[in-house]
Amino acid sequence: MYDLDQLVAQATAEFSAATELARLEDAKAGYLGKDGSLTALLKGLGKLPAEERKIAGAAINAAKVQVETALAARRDALKNAQLEAQLAAEALDITLPGRGQSRGGIHPVMRTLDRIEQLFRSIGFEVADGPEIETDWHNFTALNTPENHPARSMHDTFYLLDETGKVREDVLLRTHTSPVQIRSMLAHVEKYKHLDTMPEIRVICPGRVYRVDSDATHSPMFHQVEGLWVGENVSFADLKGVVADFLRRFFESDDLKVRFRPSFFPFTEPSAEIDVAFMSGPMEGRWLEIAGCGMVHPNVLRFGGVAPEKYTGFAFGMGPDRLTMLRYGINDLRLFFDGDLRFLSQFQ
Amino acid sequence: MQFSESWLRALVNPPLATDELCHLLTMAGLEVEECRPASADFSNVVVARILTAEKHPDADKLRLCTVDTGEHGVLQIVCGAPNAAVGLVVPCALVGAKLPGIEIKKAKVRGVESFGMLCSARELGMSEDHGGLLPLPADAPIGQNIRAYLNLDDNLITLKLTPNRADCLSLTGIAREVAALTGAPLTLPKIEPVVAAHQDTRDVVLDAPAACPRYCGRIVRGVNAKGPTPDWMKQRIERCGVRPISALVDVTNYVMLELGQPLHAFDDAQMQGAIHVRYPNAGEQLLLLNEQTVTPTTDTALIADEAKALALAGIMGGEHSGINDATTDLFLESAFFAPDAIAGKARALGFSSDASYRYERGVDFALQRQAIERATQLIVDICGGAPGPVVEAVAEDKLPARAPVKLRMTRAAKVLGIDLGPAQTEKLIAGLGFAYARAGDELTVTPPSYRFDIAIEEDLIEEIARLHGYDNIPAPPPTARVEMLPLPEAQRRPMQLRRLLAERGYFEVVNYSFVESSWEADFSGNATPIRLANPIASQMGVMRSSLIGGLVGTLLSNLKRQTERVRVFEIGRCFLSDRQDATGFHQPVRLAALAAGTVHSEQWGSTARPVDYYDAKGDLEALFAPRTLRFERTSHPALHPGRSAAVLLEGKSIGVLGELHPQWCQKYELSVPAVLFEIELAALLETPMPAYREASRFPAVVRDMAIVLAHKCETQDVLDALYSVAPAHVREIRLFDVYQGKGIAADSRSLAFRVTMQDTQRTLADADADAAMARLLDVVRDRFGATLRG
Repeated sequence: MYDLDQLVAQATAEFSAATELARLEDAKAGYLGKDGSLTALLKGLGKLPAEERKIAGAAINAAKVQVETALAARRDALKNAQLEAQLAAEALDITLPGRGQSRGGIHPVMRTLDRIEQLFRSIGFEVADGPEIETDWHNFTALNTPENHPARSMHDTFYLLDETGKVREDVLLRTHTSPVQIRSMLAHVEKYKHLDTMPEIRVICPGRVYRVDSDATHSPMFHQVEGLWVGENVSFADLKGVVADFLRRFFESDDLKVRFRPSFFPFTEPSAEIDVAFMSGPMEGRWLEIAGCGMVHPNVLRFGGVAPEKYTGFAFGMGPDRLTMLRYGINDLRLFFDGDLRFLSQFQ
Repeated sequence: MQFSESWLRALVNPPLATDELCHLLTMAGLEVEECRPASADFSNVVVARILTAEKHPDADKLRLCTVDTGEHGVLQIVCGAPNAAVGLVVPCALVGAKLPGIEIKKAKVRGVESFGMLCSARELGMSEDHGGLLPLPADAPIGQNIRAYLNLDDNLITLKLTPNRADCLSLTGIAREVAALTGAPLTLPKIEPVVAAHQDTRDVVLDAPAACPRYCGRIVRGVNAKGPTPDWMKQRIERCGVRPISALVDVTNYVMLELGQPLHAFDDAQMQGAIHVRYPNAGEQLLLLNEQTVTPTTDTALIADEAKALALAGIMGGEHSGINDATTDLFLESAFFAPDAIAGKARALGFSSDASYRYERGVDFALQRQAIERATQLIVDICGGAPGPVVEAVAEDKLPARAPVKLRMTRAAKVLGIDLGPAQTEKLIAGLGFAYARAGDELTVTPPSYRFDIAIEEDLIEEIARLHGYDNIPAPPPTARVEMLPLPEAQRRPMQLRRLLAERGYFEVVNYSFVESSWEADFSGNATPIRLANPIASQMGVMRSSLIGGLVGTLLSNLKRQTERVRVFEIGRCFLSDRQDATGFHQPVRLAALAAGTVHSEQWGSTARPVDYYDAKGDLEALFAPRTLRFERTSHPALHPGRSAAVLLEGKSIGVLGELHPQWCQKYELSVPAVLFEIELAALLETPMPAYREASRFPAVVRDMAIVLAHKCETQDVLDALYSVAPAHVREIRLFDVYQGKGIAADSRSLAFRVTMQDTQRTLADADADAAMARLLDVVRDRFGATLRG
């Protein structure tokens, strides 16, 4: 039996010495091949007497299993080493930049408008739209601002020329989004005229507005969001509740003071100017005008086809450009309309 | 409206500090825009008299003075001012005084001790005058603190008044408001009728009673127009932002500021006969005090005598009838002009005056007689003279009505969301000085003549809310019926499109809706754009009918800033004059995108390639997916004629796609080609509901077909032909390769299509596929002369 042990030890040693799969197969042939030493021993069994044959056969087979196990182990080891080498060779500089289309971005004011829409949508406001070349009637008259009303001088209005070069008095570039109030009310009243009591009107109207004004804090074109809530029991307290809540949600801060200050707009009464003051940050403690608002004036409700005795409502108009500047710390309004990619690319 | 705090406090003096007073006004709707001290901050400066002034022993330009400062003693002070002279009364800063920028200490000036400093107006921060010491009146009390003596502890408060509060365009008005807000007592000047010293008058005829329902006039003879205005009056009007001019003018301004009644003084010697308030005769002209000659419109009232126009009523006096230093007899006017008659008139003439500003907002129509008496008394006191009787012409029926206004307290509670209760409501209304009567839930309030903004119930609701304090109205979260809002699945919000484009590398811009007219001509072929009457600048003179110009402008400005790769889009309104809505314009919202520079931002491992038509087309198709677009050759002023397409959705043209015309690249000095598209937003907002179709269980057969055909044959036509003959089991025909070059005739190219066939009922046999491919080949051979590529 001694030489079988030696044979196994010798085979194991030879296998270990093989550093390539081909060499290993060569070594294997020396033991397990057609002319291999173990094969020869097995072949020689027939010549042994029957009782010896049984014992010797078992011993040789055991040795064969040991050799095969050693072979398989070495084979796995060599294959693993080969895979390792291949993987090592395939390694990348995983820190090289990725490829493909870079991302663009959404205009910061549109981000703000979207957030405003989402917040108001969550309490049941729909989005309404109206033309930017607006009739004088919708922009002023129906908003309780008759011709020569001093409030008209609060807006510096852009007017248009007709084909003959004369100033058209019937149309203008809207100076605020408030005319959409009138359009919304008229459409709503028409839609529900078959009912004794119409459902509430809850709309916001974002859009561009125009005034003859241009400096670091004024642009001849800017954005506004109008809000309107009309129903049987809508009060000034509700207005305060909605707008104060909105401002805290918008700025995601309770660290914010909101105040309502009496003011005057022809289309609301009582009217208020809404100021906010941040309790920290660069604007700390300063009151900033953020919106105008009030209870919809009964004349405006009438122009919108709504009975002012039965229904009350509030409206507000705020400047999303200003909100955007405060939110992101932008210090120049003109950047919004300048198309400078160095600015816009900060809003991905 | 700027006013002096000390003047206000002379009328009403609530126990509030200045900042508290400002807060009170702001929160009552009289917004304090600015509050600044009347003088710089300084201390320990007193009135002093120069007793001696001798040359400094060691300096030619300095003087050695002894100065009497009353209780502070006689001091030796070295002074460099040229006007330092014996007997002069001047401000003296004592040792320890803090002036703007310096602190006064005992000092040695060229070897001589000096115990203080004599001051110029500039050194006290009162003005820029540094010509010498500020001379004070000889009777100024020696030793008194100069701040007290000159009333310097005052603040200039500027209100940003809303147009409805004309009643606060005077000290009296503001004081009345402060009294209502605080309950502090109101002390208004006592106005007594001035006894006539003669009986000379001018008759007043109201020919335009609607414009002028009340006119008071009075002759004052023998005034001294050259005399000085008293310092106290000068100081008060100056602190209200009005420049002192002459005693007579200053008095009229003073009364206007004090009471709110604009007054006008005519030189009586320039007037002939009765006064007429009338509309102008045809073509009548008037030279105004501001040296502007106007031809007033027929609805502009004039003040005239029997010969000529004298003034634009309530707006501005005429040059020839105005007072000057030589005036001895004057005719004083105190009138009420109706707001409607004045509104907009001055603005139309291109100026504004204190009078028109007040009249168009509303002047107290019961105030004219009081104001003329007040002004007469002041004129007589200051300039002397003998007043005649007041002539008053009035058209009672044309005076503004003050109809009683009902206030239902239940209604107020409903509108405000807070019930103030009868006691509180009455207290607030009474505090305003409004006359009222209560019956149950209802107050009947008669607004005073000075309030032009109280006509309906809401006006009173606003008043009580304002006085109660908006801060004291609760702000609970509102309650409402909860109903879900519709959110149609087949409707996209513009935000989704913005996100899609941002994912594809585009940045959103917001360009002006008004553009240069050349952009309209170049990019839209629009020679007659909608023009603004009053553009802010000539290059913003017309309304855009397309977003393309703006995007090209964005490209240009970014190239100038060395940003070479530009991908931008805008969603915005365009303006066309093809009368489609009630405004007479068509105002579609569009989406446009423009790309220039390389397809990708510079990156390793791939060759940079400039963006081309097909890149933009891919972006556009991605926006519409899963819907498919069709593209038809078109011509468009902005676009390269060979590289532009009309974009069609379900047979309807919804926009354009193409490369910017090289002529514009040249004209606008664009260094890179640009591709762009512009699409009607409405078409992009619709998106189909997904429709389920069962996938076939049978295997698909895929065959390729490469054909050679003339360049001029467009792919869409070939595909249309292929689909027109394809059997039902042809599921897709997709172009996968385009080749021209070696092996293909110069006027031809090869298009390779991959045809996928699959039946839902059976496995297709080779014969089915062969037959289909043969039909496809036949049709392109017949229609386009195509051959199979060898």
